[in-house]
Amino acid sequence: MAITVSGSDAAIASPPLSSRLTTPQVWGIVLLAPYILVFLAFVVYPIGYGLWLARHPASYVALWHDPIFARAAVNTLIFLVVGINLKMAIALFLSGFFAQQRTWIKWLSVLFILPWAVPSIPTILSVRFMLNPEWGMINTLIFRLTGEDGPNWLNDPTVALSMAIAVHIWKSLPFWTLILMTGRLAISHDLYEAAEVDGASWWQKFRFITWPSMQTLYITCTLLSMIWTLGDFNSVYLLTGGGPADLTHVLATLGIRYLRLDQLSLAMASIVCALPFVLPLVYFMMKRLSR
Amino acid sequence: MKLPTLREIGTEAKLLLIGIPVLIWTMVPIYHMFLFAISPKQDAFSGKLWPDHPTLHNFHIVFYQQHYFLRDFWIQFWNSVVIALSAGALTLLIATAAAFSISRLRTPGGRWVMNLALLTYFIPAAFLAVPMYRTMGTYGLLNNHWSLILAMVTIASPYAIWVLKQASDKLPVELDEAATMDGATTLQLFRLVYVPLMMPSLVAIGTYAILLAWNEYLYAFLLLSKDTEITLPVALGNFLAADDSPWELLMTTGFIYALPPAAIYYAFKRYMVGGLTAGAVKS
Repeated sequence: MAITVSGSDAAIASPPLSSRLTTPQVWGIVLLAPYILVFLAFVVYPIGYGLWLARHPASYVALWHDPIFARAAVNTLIFLVVGINLKMAIALFLSGFFAQQRTWIKWLSVLFILPWAVPSIPTILSVRFMLNPEWGMINTLIFRLTGEDGPNWLNDPTVALSMAIAVHIWKSLPFWTLILMTGRLAISHDLYEAAEVDGASWWQKFRFITWPSMQTLYITCTLLSMIWTLGDFNSVYLLTGGGPADLTHVLATLGIRYLRLDQLSLAMASIVCALPFVLPLVYFMMKRLSR
Repeated sequence: MKLPTLREIGTEAKLLLIGIPVLIWTMVPIYHMFLFAISPKQDAFSGKLWPDHPTLHNFHIVFYQQHYFLRDFWIQFWNSVVIALSAGALTLLIATAAAFSISRLRTPGGRWVMNLALLTYFIPAAFLAVPMYRTMGTYGLLNNHWSLILAMVTIASPYAIWVLKQASDKLPVELDEAATMDGATTLQLFRLVYVPLMMPSLVAIGTYAILLAWNEYLYAFLLLSKDTEITLPVALGNFLAADDSPWELLMTTGFIYALPPAAIYYAFKRYMVGGLTAGAVKS
């Protein structure tokens, strides 16, 4: 076997490739090839095809005149701005709670992770049934306690969207709490002890110790969560189906709705419209993670 | 024994005041599902917090496929298993090879591939679903399990490659050099040195990909449509098609469907938390 140089490829890579390839380099290309093939066939081609489908200006005019699109765009914005910030604020708060050294809190954290560990479909359907106006658990309880009929939860677009946000929070809160907790546990305990000695209040400890060391992580998590939540199809589709009267769609479900109606160019155009908002976030995340 | 001071009791009470709502919030949807699964039909709709006559009859109906909605339960369960395991194995194979190539062999252009993969990781899954659906149609893979397996591999591998690259960057270079000096070929280096050392990360990534594929709804529902081809989550979604769908059976099926991933999660929690969250957000 030839003597191989695996550490310093930069010097070798510059001459004509074919003649100077060493065995490890051939293997390097062979081993990388499967992913490149997957990437070309299932990422590059679909995206190129999608953009090609979305090339007609007429699609954008049609979208502009579709009230459902405008509503979905607003809903998506509410979902992201209100939903995600609420979720991350709660996660930040709970990360402090779960960082406490108590046996019962440790056990609680094992249960707390359940929403993240179980598939979302059955639990979303479970919530959907709970909210059913006639037979659902919640309205049955309301009727038994007060003798009056409960509200028709999912028939009001504002309540229905709030419920979809609640389901989303329920599902992904454990994950972000866990991430923020690892950040919190990395903070030196000495700092808190010193603050304790100086008689710092709970708020001062958070403001001057916890927050400064966690803010980068917190903001990164928030942005990442926003990008991913754009793709959250299940919470809305399985809870409200976009209804009532297509008033609770978000961009993720709207694209699929157009696809079902065989309006493929509209489906793609609605996604392209989201790109100006998504790409800066993606660019920022790439900068943070590819170091 | 020291009696707790008033301040300690106060702290404990405050913690309980947070803990109890958190427990209720977390458990309600899951308990509701469980309650339906063990309730006879008439009990399920009475709004009781525990059924008068808890029963396993619903499980019996599901396991023996004794309902119109459940006539393909076992084949759908099997489809889910096959697709999850295939996607897990394929992701592991592709991602490990790629991470080894990028991190250890320093293949030219590897960094580029890494960045493109990361870019894919940030595309919201629902956005890629529409063009992916058409692409699978073009390739003639619609209604074929391969379409879902390949779609899941596409979605899982960027993160897999990234985590594995981070982990393998931490292995000392001297290891490879020593093995090469001893006359190990590249493939032996991969098989005998790299893979054994990477085991914890590989377990984490394999579990991640399996759970991702098992839990997937959107792609499964777009790419597969025949009753005997679909996976369990799609079958669950199909229950909604009828107004008089049997909720107690749906919840029972959902409960059965939710058990394997929960069990896997808790069994591999050690790896999941160490391997995934450490890499998930680098601060």
